Amino acid sequence: MTPDRAVPRTTDTDLSRRGFLATAAAAGGGLMLSLALPFGRSDAAFADFAPNAFIRIQHDGQVVLTMPYVEMGQGTYTSIPMLIAEELEVNLKQVRLEHAPPNEKLYANPLLGVQATGNSNAMRGAWKPLREAGAIARTMLVAAAANRWGVDPRSCSAQDGEVVHSVTKRRLKYGEIAADAAKVPVPASVTLKASEAFKLIGTRAKRLDAVVKVNGTVIYGIDARPDGVRFATLAQSPTFGGRLKTVDDAAATAVKGVRQIVRLDDAVAVIADHMGAAKKGLEALKIEWDDGPHAGLTTEAVARELEQATLGAGAVAQNIGDSEAALAGAATRIEANYQVPFLAHATMEPMNCTVHVRKDACEIWVGSQAVARVQAAAAKTAGLPLEKVIVHNHLIGGGFGRRLETDGVIRAVQIAQQVDGPVKVVWTREEDIQHDMYRPYWFDRIAAGLDHQGKPVAWRHRFAGSSVIARWLPPGFQNGLDPDSTEGAIDLVYGLPNFHVEYVRVEPPGIPTAFWRSVGPSHTVFVVESFIDELAAAAKQDPVAYRRALLDKSPRAKAVLDLAAEKAGWGGPLSKGIGRGVSLQSAFGTYLAQVAEVEVSKDGVARVRRVVCAVDCGTVINPDTVQAQIQSGIIFGTTAALYGEITLKKGRVEQTNFDTYQMLRMNEAPVIEVHIVNSSEPPGGMGEAGTSAIVPAINNAIFAATGKRLRKMPIDSALLKQPT
Amino acid sequence: MAFTIQVNGSARSADVDGDTPLLWVLRDVLGMTGTKFGCGAALCGACTVHIDGVATRSCITPIDSIGNSQVTTIEAVGKTDAGAKIQKAWLEHEVVQCGYCQSGQIMSAAALLTSNPHPTDTDIDEAMSGNICRCGTYVRIREAIKLAAQSNAKGG
Repeated sequence: MTPDRAVPRTTDTDLSRRGFLATAAAAGGGLMLSLALPFGRSDAAFADFAPNAFIRIQHDGQVVLTMPYVEMGQGTYTSIPMLIAEELEVNLKQVRLEHAPPNEKLYANPLLGVQATGNSNAMRGAWKPLREAGAIARTMLVAAAANRWGVDPRSCSAQDGEVVHSVTKRRLKYGEIAADAAKVPVPASVTLKASEAFKLIGTRAKRLDAVVKVNGTVIYGIDARPDGVRFATLAQSPTFGGRLKTVDDAAATAVKGVRQIVRLDDAVAVIADHMGAAKKGLEALKIEWDDGPHAGLTTEAVARELEQATLGAGAVAQNIGDSEAALAGAATRIEANYQVPFLAHATMEPMNCTVHVRKDACEIWVGSQAVARVQAAAAKTAGLPLEKVIVHNHLIGGGFGRRLETDGVIRAVQIAQQVDGPVKVVWTREEDIQHDMYRPYWFDRIAAGLDHQGKPVAWRHRFAGSSVIARWLPPGFQNGLDPDSTEGAIDLVYGLPNFHVEYVRVEPPGIPTAFWRSVGPSHTVFVVESFIDELAAAAKQDPVAYRRALLDKSPRAKAVLDLAAEKAGWGGPLSKGIGRGVSLQSAFGTYLAQVAEVEVSKDGVARVRRVVCAVDCGTVINPDTVQAQIQSGIIFGTTAALYGEITLKKGRVEQTNFDTYQMLRMNEAPVIEVHIVNSSEPPGGMGEAGTSAIVPAINNAIFAATGKRLRKMPIDSALLKQPT
Repeated sequence: MAFTIQVNGSARSADVDGDTPLLWVLRDVLGMTGTKFGCGAALCGACTVHIDGVATRSCITPIDSIGNSQVTTIEAVGKTDAGAKIQKAWLEHEVVQCGYCQSGQIMSAAALLTSNPHPTDTDIDEAMSGNICRCGTYVRIREAIKLAAQSNAKGG
C-alpha cells in the first residue's frame, strides 16, 4: 500500500477546492459534484482547504470529513473521525460527516483494493492513512499560520481547530487560514503521534450518529424521498432462474393508488402512490411462473453434493509435516463430519433502492457497503456511461454483507427504466428473506490422531462449499483457493505438527451465495473449535487446559483464553443441565476467547445464559465500540446457532418472515461480559469476530451440559431432548 | 376516501383505502419516515407507534380503525415525559448501532415506562420481546430502560 494510494491528494501546486474538484473529476468522472451540490456551493467554496479526499475545512471554519467506509452500526462514523481528528487536532463536536461518493481511486479500501466496507477491515485499512491525512492537513494549516505571522512553523502548534504561536500566544482559527493553507505545498512526509500522546484514540468517544437515531430524523436509503417519488414493491421468481410466464393484473390495477404494473423477465413490480397500495396490488396479481432449471432443488440435494465433493481431493490450503503418516501411526483416531446451513442476512432495513432514470442520466438513493459497485451496476443496466450515474449513499440499517451486493440496485434500475419519474422499490420482508444471497452451506470432513497422552499429532480437514470471493473479487481466487473460505481453518493458533487442510470449491446450482457477517470464520471456527473440544473429550482433558497446552507459539491467544476462563469462573460449580463451553479464535486480526454458559431443558431447548468474552484487538480506538461489537456479534451468532437455517424445497426458500426465520429476542438475550486486553499492536477488526466465536462456544457448552455432541447447525432440540 | 387522523397533536389527512396500514400513511403519504418498516406482520416491532399511549404495530393497524385516537410517533415522543427520559438514557448508554429498529424500541420502551415507572427484568422482557434488534443491542436497551426508570425515582 503506497501512501499516495491511501491518501489521495492533488499532485499540482493548486490545492484549492477548484483544483481538488478538477483532479477528482479527472479521476472519477465528475463525481465529486454529487458531494458538493447538496450544499449549494458557490465560488466562496473555493476558499476552502481540501488537502485530500477526506478532509475539507471551509472558510467558515466548518470541518467536513468524507467517510470512505460506511456506517452500518459498527461505529465507523465515530472511529474514522477519531483517527482523523486525533492528528488534525479538532474536537469531534466540530466535524460534520459526509458519505463518500463512488470513486474507486479516491476511496478504495487498501486491504480489498475496491471501495467497500466489509471483512472487518475498515480500521485496519484506515489506521495509518487516515491519521496521515489528518497530520498532512494540520501541518499545512500550521505552515499557513506561521507564514502569516512570519514565524518559524516549529514555534506553532495546533489544538482544538486553531493554530497557536507558542511565543506570542497568537491564535488563528482553521477557517481563517483555510484559503492560505490551500496554497501550501503538500508535505512529502509527516510524523504521526506516538500512542502516549493520543487524546482521542482509546477514549469512549460518543457515537456521532446517535442523536439522529434516537429522535427519528435519521435518513436511511429507505427514507429517501426525491420529489415526485412513487412507491413500488415486487415479486421475483420463487425459484432462482425461473421466469415470468403470465400476469393477470386486472384486480391489481383496480386497487386505489396503484399506478402501473411493470413486467420483467423474472419479476413483476407494482408502482403506486404508497407502499400500502403497492403491497395490496401485488397481492391481487395472479402470476404464473416458469420455474426453470432448478425447480426440483432441495437442501438435502445440496448437502449430498457437498458431502460427495469432500470424498475427492481439494486444493491444498496448508500443509505442515506428514499428516497421513502421523494419522496412521496415532494411538487414537477421531473423525467427524460437520455441516452449517445457508443463512439469510435479514437486515432490519429491508432491501430497497430508489432510482430516477432520465433519458441520459440516472440518479440513485441507496444504502450500500460498496457504492462504486452500485454505480457500475446501474450504469451497465441502464446502458449509461459511469459519470451519468449519480449515487447518494446513506446510513445503512444493517449490512452484514448483504449490502455488498448490487442485485437490488439492478432490479430497481430495471423497474425504473419503465417508470416516468423517481421510484422507490422496497422489498417485502418475504422477498428479502426468499431472495437473499445466502451464507454458503458448508460440509466438512475432519480427522485427527492423538498420541498416548491425548495430544494431537495429526490433523486432516477437507471442506466443500461456495467461494464468494471467486464471484465477488475474482483475482482473490487463485489455484482453487481464496483467503476468505480458508480463514479460521488454516494458520491455527494451535501448535499442530502434522497438519493438512483442503478446500473443494462447489457452487450449488440455483441458490446465490454471498458474504455474511464473520464470513469464512462463520463456518471454519465452528468446525475447528468444536472438533478441538472433541479431541479434549477423547483425551479426557479439560477443554481450556487442552487448548492451553497447544498455545506455546501464540502468547496473545493464550492470554485471552486465560482471561476468559478466569473471568467466567471456569471449573466452578454449575447446576444440573447447565454447561460451560469455550472457544478460541484468531481472525480479522483479533484474538478472542469466549466462555458460554448454556442451559438445556428436558425438552432439549438450549438457552444461552451468560457469555464472557476476552478480546485482544490490538490498539483500541474506542473501547465502547469494541464492547458494543462483541455484544452485537454474540447476539448475531447466537441467533444463528439457535435458529438460523434457510432451507430449499422445490427450488424455493421455505422461510418467509421472522416467524419462520427467527431472531433472538430480548427475553432470550444472555448476560454478556467483555474484557479487553491492553495492547499496542496495530488494530484488529471488531465487526464480526464475536459472531463466529460464539457458535462453537455454545455448541461446546451443550456438550458439557448434556454429553451430546452436535455437528450440524442450527441446534436441533430433538437431539437434546431427554427420554421420558 | 379521505381519512383524518390525529398525529402528534395535529390533524392530518390521507386519501387512501380504509385498510391501508397506518405505517404507510405515516411514511409515504405524510412523509414521516421516523417510523420504520421491518416485517409488515407485527413480528419485529420496527413500526411501533403509540395510539392513545399504547404501543401499537402500525404495519397491521388499518387507518380506518384509528378514529379520533391520538397517534404519537418517534418524531414527537420526546415531548412526553417518558419518551424524553428514554431518549436521554439511550444516548447515555450508547444503545444504537445501525439504529434502524431503534424508533420502535424507543416507542415500546416509552410506553412501558409510562404504564410501569419501575419495570422489573420480567416486565422489560414482556414489553420489549416484540422488538427485534439485529445488531443485538438488547443488553444496552435493558440498561437504558433501568436508567430511565431511576430518573423516575429521582423525579419523585
